[in-house]
Amino acid sequence: MSTENWTTVIKPREKLFDLKLEETWKYRDLIALFVKRNFSTIYKQTILGPIWILITPLITTLIQTLVFGNIAGIGTNDVPPFLFYMCGTLIWSFFQSSLSGISNTFAANAYIFGKVYFPRLVMPITTVLSNLIQFSIRFAMFAVVWIYFIIKGNVRPNISLLLLPLYLLCSGIMAIGIGTMISSMTTKYKDLQMVVGVLIGYLVYLTPVIYPLSETQGKIRVLILCNPMTSVVEGFRYSFLSKGSFPPIGSLIYTMIFSAAIFCLGMIMFNKAERTFMDTV
Amino acid sequence: MSDTVIKFENLYKQYRLGTIGTGTFYGDVQSWLARVRGKEDPNSKIGETVNTKSGKFYALNNINAEVHAGDALGIIGRNGAGKSTLLKVLSRVTAPTKGTVSVKGRISSMLEVGTGFHPELTGRENIFLNGAILGMRKSEIAKKLDEIIEFSEIEKFIDTPVKRYSSGMYVKLAFSVAAHLDSEILVMDEVLAVGDMKFQQKCLGKMDSAANNEGRAVLYVSHNMSTIRNLCSRCIVLDHGSIIFDGGTEDAISLYMERGESDLKAHYDFRDLQRIDMVYGQRLYVKDLYFLDKTSANYYQNEKIRFKVCWDLFKDVGKLQAFATLRYADDVNVCTAISDNIEYDPTKKEHETVFEFDSTGLMPGRYYFHFSIFSTNEFGSYLKHDHVTRNIFFEISVPEGSSALYWPEHYFGHIRMPDMKVLDNSPNN
Repeated sequence: MSTENWTTVIKPREKLFDLKLEETWKYRDLIALFVKRNFSTIYKQTILGPIWILITPLITTLIQTLVFGNIAGIGTNDVPPFLFYMCGTLIWSFFQSSLSGISNTFAANAYIFGKVYFPRLVMPITTVLSNLIQFSIRFAMFAVVWIYFIIKGNVRPNISLLLLPLYLLCSGIMAIGIGTMISSMTTKYKDLQMVVGVLIGYLVYLTPVIYPLSETQGKIRVLILCNPMTSVVEGFRYSFLSKGSFPPIGSLIYTMIFSAAIFCLGMIMFNKAERTFMDTV
Repeated sequence: MSDTVIKFENLYKQYRLGTIGTGTFYGDVQSWLARVRGKEDPNSKIGETVNTKSGKFYALNNINAEVHAGDALGIIGRNGAGKSTLLKVLSRVTAPTKGTVSVKGRISSMLEVGTGFHPELTGRENIFLNGAILGMRKSEIAKKLDEIIEFSEIEKFIDTPVKRYSSGMYVKLAFSVAAHLDSEILVMDEVLAVGDMKFQQKCLGKMDSAANNEGRAVLYVSHNMSTIRNLCSRCIVLDHGSIIFDGGTEDAISLYMERGESDLKAHYDFRDLQRIDMVYGQRLYVKDLYFLDKTSANYYQNEKIRFKVCWDLFKDVGKLQAFATLRYADDVNVCTAISDNIEYDPTKKEHETVFEFDSTGLMPGRYYFHFSIFSTNEFGSYLKHDHVTRNIFFEISVPEGSSALYWPEHYFGHIRMPDMKVLDNSPNN
């Protein structure tokens, strides 16, 4: 009997760390359809439709320029404030919306996870891809503003622009790692969901998004340096604006190691949670 | 022997009773501290025996079975017997506690209709999405698209968002997608309970041909014995998480009918039952009800249902009659039976009366009734003396071996009227 070639063997426990990449790959069409669904459904029955993708960051940037630039007067390393905030918000919102989306994976999809099986990793991947597309659209808008300021001579790009994929990868991986961890924990304690919602909103202040790292000092600076997103945001902005400083290699490596570690941890917890979460959610 | 496509081996699924933790971290810490200090758990319910070790039960208890290609396997059992849990484990929605399930081929499971349908998307878009959720590639769905749309009978609305669909259309579309997948195994959990009768028949036909002509394995869970009878060649009867029977459909169904005994009590005691009106039970008090000649209230169609009622009389109330409002197990009102005048001696306190009613016309299924004793005044309005609101269950089934007419009670109702007479159709004028 053992010679029979079963396609699937359902067992109580599986390997602790198993990405099931092969299986997830088989469901690539599902991922594509989910991404498409995310876009086509959010903006259905809205007048402006997908233009909202651009309006939201535009408003955020305008308010930041007004509040932090004009009223609070926080320095921006001689970068035009509007461009400075737009740049930081661009990469940050990719991370933030991926993270908050993923941390909701189990809770938001309980109805479908409870009825049918597909690799659960499909959902976090879908969230990141959707946000990546959103990022690209916003990036196009940013590019227009950016090129305008390049022509005016305020800023210029530099060679570290080649690291752009790394910044995106790090923030994506980190979002999946932290998000899946939170989502796995929320299957039992729903309180966490509330906490996370609030914390993610405030995390932006611990990251040099609305201020340059150079404006910080003392203990706060240490705290900000501990934030693995710091070097991503700083590096991202430096590569486009050539103002401020390129983040030290050490902090970049720290971010990469952190991302990889949190990703593995997240996957382990996610795998464990997905096996039985239907019984507890 | 044909190829084994599913093999359950020593399968267990354990659940914990009650809530899992207290649901909040604070509550869990509180309970844990109380346990450590040996105090009573502040989060336990009053009267609940606190025993963290024994609050578990097996929804599946050592399941061993094989399913072959071309099998149409029915899974029957009472509520809570483990049917749905078995399908959930098989569909990989939840993991087993012990044991393994080995599967050969793809499973398309419908534990619920329209899983993953998005209300904002059109029917066509949802076919793709639903197909992909069930594990199909986009190209495969595209190949089958026309067939699916045709089967679903909703060509006209296929480009309308499904949020505008009626529930029937929703089900039709969902079933069509699942039934057309190229999977080796089809798992269905009572999805045919909705949709119109014609479509139900069509679905049964589709599932039948999936098993017989295409050699797929079909697993079907239902409480509707006539569908099981029509569709399944083999049946598993589950009871308290164990397989108690695996074999022919007819044998399985008759066994299943008998297993209901625990619910179908032969004796009801109303002494501790709170009456819904202060007056009830003051002049007259109904104490017990016994089904006669039976160890459980199982009856065949057309059988006479006989029961004895013990009651106390406190006051002479004149002419008495009894009535029973009959409902189907799903709380649908079926009919009311009213008795003749009850003969009794008004000077005595304790009385016993035997009632009999004819179940002729009641279609198979589980019914219950509420029992009252009342008298009428000259204007025809009635005065209830006692009314017991406890559900008194009995079950009607078809005698073994008799071929039952397919009777979708959602449409036909629960009563079959006396057969229509065919009169002479050549009027002699």
